[in-house]
Order: sequence, then structure tokens, then C-alpha cells
Amino acid sequence: MFGLDKRDTTLFLFVVAITLLAPFLLNPFPTESALAQFNAGYPDLMQRFVIFGIFAIGFNILFGLTGYLSFGHAAFLGVGSYAAVWMFKLLSFNIIPAIALSIIVAGVFSLAIGYVCLRRSGIYFSILTLAFAQMSFAMAYSVLSNPSFNLTNGETGLQVYASDPQYLKGDGPDLTHLFGLEMNATKTLELGAWEFQFNTGFYVCAVFMIFAFYIAMRIFRSPFGLMLRAIKTNQTRLNYTGINSRPYTLAAFVISGMYAGLAGGLLAATDPLAGAERMQWTASGEVVLMTILGGAGTLLGPILGAAFIKYFENIFSKINDTVLHSWFSFMPESIDNFLVAIIHPFVGKGWHLTLGLMFMLIVIFLPGGLVDGGQRIWNRITGRSRTQNEPVADPKPAE
Amino acid sequence: MSKFEFTRRGLIKSGAAVGAGLAMPTILSRPAFSYTNEPKGGTVTLGFNVPQTGPYADEGNDELLAQTLAVEHLNGEGDGGCLATFSSKALKGNGILGKKVQFVTGDTQTKSDAARASAKSMIEKDGAIMINGGSSSGVAVAVQGLCQEAGVIFMAGLTHANDTTGKDRKANGFRHFFNAYMSGAALAPVLAKEMGADRRAYHLTADYNWGWTQEESIKASTEALGWETVNTVKTPLASTDFSSYIAPVINAGADVLVLNHYGGNMVNSLTNAIQFGLLDKAVNGKDFKIVVPLYSELMAAGAGDNIKGVLGSMNYNWQLENEGSKAFVKSFGEKHGRPPSNSAQTCYAQVLLYADACERAGTFNPCGVVEALEGFEFDGLGNGPTSYRKEDHQCFKDVLVVRGAQNPTTKFDTLEIVEITPVSQVTYPPNHPMFGGDEATLGKCNPGA
Repeated sequence: MFGLDKRDTTLFLFVVAITLLAPFLLNPFPTESALAQFNAGYPDLMQRFVIFGIFAIGFNILFGLTGYLSFGHAAFLGVGSYAAVWMFKLLSFNIIPAIALSIIVAGVFSLAIGYVCLRRSGIYFSILTLAFAQMSFAMAYSVLSNPSFNLTNGETGLQVYASDPQYLKGDGPDLTHLFGLEMNATKTLELGAWEFQFNTGFYVCAVFMIFAFYIAMRIFRSPFGLMLRAIKTNQTRLNYTGINSRPYTLAAFVISGMYAGLAGGLLAATDPLAGAERMQWTASGEVVLMTILGGAGTLLGPILGAAFIKYFENIFSKINDTVLHSWFSFMPESIDNFLVAIIHPFVGKGWHLTLGLMFMLIVIFLPGGLVDGGQRIWNRITGRSRTQNEPVADPKPAE
Repeated sequence: MSKFEFTRRGLIKSGAAVGAGLAMPTILSRPAFSYTNEPKGGTVTLGFNVPQTGPYADEGNDELLAQTLAVEHLNGEGDGGCLATFSSKALKGNGILGKKVQFVTGDTQTKSDAARASAKSMIEKDGAIMINGGSSSGVAVAVQGLCQEAGVIFMAGLTHANDTTGKDRKANGFRHFFNAYMSGAALAPVLAKEMGADRRAYHLTADYNWGWTQEESIKASTEALGWETVNTVKTPLASTDFSSYIAPVINAGADVLVLNHYGGNMVNSLTNAIQFGLLDKAVNGKDFKIVVPLYSELMAAGAGDNIKGVLGSMNYNWQLENEGSKAFVKSFGEKHGRPPSNSAQTCYAQVLLYADACERAGTFNPCGVVEALEGFEFDGLGNGPTSYRKEDHQCFKDVLVVRGAQNPTTKFDTLEIVEITPVSQVTYPPNHPMFGGDEATLGKCNPGA
């Protein structure tokens, strides 16, 4: 189906199903229970899951296939956001022109940066991309936000004001919308003790992510994808056979840049504000973590990695001592205090620590990321040995 | 995985199930709220969104302690703090409008994006009806915009840039902290008195929005006194070593250095300036001086001995001798063993003010609260007589000019109050050009839902 083989179709439909059913899957605990703290099924976080999923899928096309580790991908996300907000400021709150422009601008930007950076490979490439991204961040943070030429509005972040022209707005809504469908509209469904939220913005982003995932899948399975893998395996040998690999790496770089632009545009579409921090090196590092955590070079991995990191950032950082005390309040006070003191460093402001520990554990014990873990569990269940399932080098002869 | 059989029938079945699932919400949706997150049960939830990681984490944690304390006092626990000294007597110590106060916390990371994500989760997931806190203007403006869209009240924490209640002012947002313009207006006369009216100033400014508005404000008010501005140099926010910026200061013929820096930036630039021996120099026949327009206790602690004699301004200092301040310092000190910081007092006052406005309005509806807060005049929360202006939701009160103490007796009184500048001296018209001029409007209050 859709030009995919059976196995891929299954995987694709699996992704479609978990994405569309996310509001149910992410809210497994009743709203009033103590465990509701761990529910992630609210619009903002679900949007972030899919948007950063797109970002990581795109990054994986570059990193997972060609092995070029870009440390500056957040720059493309950032320019995408700025482009989208400018469209809101100039045209209207309709998200389609905004997203279109953000993809185009990010594509052009990545073409320029990629053209320069891809002259080197390995660590030099990483450092070059990092330098360009930090440069973009500094430009957005201060240079391009001075009062005489204010393109980015600096630290405050670019946002839409009532005094902006918005030439095409007319009587349209004052919120981001898809042809009148407001992005932040949410329907709440109450089923017994459970509460599920269905948000327009989330479903719009989800459709984009499914589409992005499908394209990535086709790229992975195409001759172009094979060429990218060849670059990862041994670029020197490829060059000796007379193939110029740079157009391929540049194409991969631009495609992943456009994915980042799409993600940036969607971030602005769900919340029309673009801040310079989106371009900072920590944001670039985050997408690297997402991809490695989920499993670089796998299709599903980046999405899982993105969800994993965003979950920690948003859920664990909100557990404070009061919450901890409420969990252990049934125990004698001394034990209660003792347990809270032990857990305290790992939650709330310590969420980085927990995430770091998880990252270490995963990298050490599951080198292939979360997908690797899933596969091992699956193999344990089905009783298959690991080697059997390993997709050993493609048996088909190269053309 | 390849064992999974994929049949047409299976697809139709699962497709129907998914379709039914998606159609459900149109059939069953919950009764409408009359405003966002209207509290239905016996409790009301407030959201405390402060930096717990990143460069302003210390300030954030201090804010959180104060907010927790405010909730205790609202619920009638502890010694009641400023409830007794507050000039409005609407709060009874039984929660807000009879509902027990709960709170949720989040980490802004001092990043606009993260702060908005965290505030959104409080509003969407936890049902928070008011967001309070923050330690930077960029975050304050970003979260204020979000609260306006979502239809909840935003009580800004530490934010000093003019924009928060200037061109970015919003109907659902209120600021208790003072701003860069007020710093300039309060400092200038003291500077003139201590240093004379014919000084040559050199500005080092953190290169972002807050830095510029502060530079603009200080420059305007010192030039009005007759000072000359020799040069203004922007320094990158990420700098940790300012030596290369300090060296040219003397050669430029300046005799005052103004450091428009905050937090770690200020600690480093001041330390560099002292190491270069600027304070021991005499230029143009006058002793060289350094001014730090915005001070905080945590910065003073970081800079140690270097701040001795350096002038600056503050929103609040625990050494203030009014009833409200004494009650708050006692309450905070007994709990945490040290006096509260400037930002802690701001958040504490904001939480009580919000609660009081709800009581007086008789509702949690943001529009009612906005109405109750606009033009509200009160006393007894630590800053002396205070009023919230209707036109821009900026709070007006006396501003403190402080100096690094020469002989501090404890590690808590490193700053001494030089002058309490009366509010009349720092008041400006709401359409002042530094505050967005005539174009800036609050918009309409938004109750959401």
C-alpha cells in the first residue's frame, strides 16, 4: 500500500494509529488520581511531541543515513519560526502561507549553510554547523533586533501586535487558524473518571507529521537513500568509484533543513511567538539527543526520542516537593520525609539529572536506542534470536 | 514483526473504531466554563512559573519559597504574614473566596519557549487560573502574551525592561516590579548629588532588549542633569570576561562607568572593573565612580567586596522599616533562616494582591480581577503606599537607591539604603515614548472559554 512493502505498511499504519489516538494513549490515569501527574495528554505537550517528532525525523535523514552529525539544526527551526511569524504579521493568521514560507526559507538557508559546511566532513563539519548556528543565534538575539532594524525582536521574541498590517486578514480570526479552524480550539471528552482533550492544533500537526514520516520512509527505501547509506559506510570508496557524493549530502542536508523549517513553522502556528533560544546550541544538541536516544538510522526512533525528551522536560520538571509529600503522605512522617529527600534531586529542577541518567543507561545498554530496546523485548516475547531478525546487508546486488 | 497479518477486513474494522473514537467528542463534550479554568470544586489552583535551572535559578528558587509562603498565609497556616498589615481586609485566611489554594510549579529555564510551554501545561493540564513568577523580561513578555490569549491572569515576577508595561502591555497582565525608566529617574538626582553635574559617563550594556531600555533610560535621565555620555558599548550576553571592554574606558576620558548588566554578567563586569583599579583612578580631577542601575541581593552576594560604595536601585530591600516589610521579613526569616530577596517580595506581594482582588471582585473571572486591580491603591505589603495604574497596569511606589555597604555586619546587609525616592519623582505618562508612545494599548481583558 502507498508504494510501501508489507512490513513498512504495518509500521506506517502503527505510527498513524498511535498519533491519532495520542489523546487517549497519553492520558491513561484518571484525572483526579495521584498518578494524573504523569498524564501527558494535554494539547501543548501533544503538539510538542509531534512537532519535535518532525524535527527529529528530518534530522535523522541527515544523521541516520549519511552519518553527517550536524550540530546546528536548531538554526533552521528558528528561521522557520521567524518566517512563519512574519507571515502572520504581514498577511493573516492563516497557517498555510506561514508554513509554506517557513519551509522555503529554511530550505534556502540550509542550502547556503550546507554548501559551505559540506566541504568538510566528520568533526569539522559538526563544528562548522555549530558555528553557523551560534552565529544565527547571536544575530537573532541582538544584531537583528536593534531598534532601527528589528527583524527578530531579540530576547522578547517576535510576536504579532494589533498594530501589524496583516493585509489579508479582513474579518478573519485573531488567532492562528487553518482556513477558519482555530488552532487552539479544544474539545474535552469526559468518560467516567477520565478526561481526554482533542485539540485542532494537535491534529493539524499530527497530519503533517504523518506526511513527514511517510516521505522519510520513502527516502529511506529509495535509491537515493541507498546512496546516502553508502556515504555513511565509506565515502572515500564511493569517491574512488567516480561518484561525486557532495550533491547527495547537500540534498540530504537541505531536506532535513526543510523538515526543521516545517517544525519551526508549526511551532509558530500553534503558538505565534518566535524566540531566539530556539536557535541556541542547546536546542541543536537536543535534537541530536532525541535521535540517538530513539535510535539513529531507524524510522521510528526519532519520534520516540523526541517524545521521551519532551515528556521529561514537561512532566518531571513539574513534580515538586508538595506533590512528593502527597504521594507518600500515607506513610509515617519520618519515612515520608526520607523518601522525599531521596527523590527530590531527581525531579523538579533536577529533571536534567534524571534525563542524563536515562540517556547514559540507554546509550550503554541499548546502543540502538529505544527502538533497539523494543526489538529486544519483542524478540524475547516471540522467542526469536537477535541475529535472525537483524537485517543483514541487503542481499540484492548493487546496480 | 512480519508475522502480523494485514487484511482488508482488519483495516476496515480498525478504521471504523478510529473514526468512532474521533467522532466521540462532538457527541459528549463537557459543560462550558464561563471563563478559562473556572474553579468548580473546593480548591483553586495557582501556577508558579519560575526559573529553576539556568542563569537565574537562584532568584527563581527564592521566588518559589515566597510563593509557597504566600499560599500558606492565604490558607490560614503559619503566622499570616502580611495579611495582618495589608490595608485591604478582604482576605480572611480561609483561602480565596472560601476555596483552598493549591499550586503547581514549573521551570521557565529563563527561555521564552520553555516558559510558555510550562505555563501552557499549567493552564491546560492543571487548570491554573493565575500564573505568577519569572526572572527576566523576555520571559515575562512571552508569558504575559500567552496568558492574554488563554484568558488567565498574569502577575509578572522580576521584570525590569520598560516593554513589559510599555509596548508589550496586556490587559490580563500586571507588574509589581519597577522598571528601567524608574531606575533612571530615581538614580539621577542621587548621582548628581554625590558626583556632581558635569560627569562623563561610559555605558557597558548587555546586548539585548532589557539592556537597551535601561541604557536609554539612564542616558536620558543623566543627560538631563548635564552629564555627558562618552560612549555606549554593547557586550554580548554570553560574555564572562569583560577585560577587553573595561580597558578603553579610561582612555575615553570617562569618569563614571555605568554597568547595564544583570546577574552573572554584572558580577563579572564589576569584578573586572575593580581588578583594573578603576575606582582608585582620578580622571578630569574627579574620583572615578561605578554605577549599577539594577541591583539584587543575589548579585551583591556574588560580587562580594567589590560592590562597596557602588550605587544602584532596587524595588525592595528587607531592611525597609515599614509594618508590611517587617511582617514579611519575620515570616520569611523564621521559615528559611535568612531575609527575603527583592524578587521574593515581589512574588509574595503579587500572590496576595491577586487573592485580594478576587475577594473584592467576588469572582475568579479574569475580567472581574482586572477591574478590581486597576487603579487599586493599598499599603502594607512591604513597599509602602502603592498603586496600580489603570492605563498600563504598572505599579507605582517609592524606589530605593542603594549602595554597597562599606562595613557590613552580616552577609545579609551588604547593601544599604541611601535614599527612598518618592513615587512622584518616578511617575511618567502612560504614553511616554519609551513605553510605546500612543500606539501601546492594553487591549481588552480576555476571560477565555
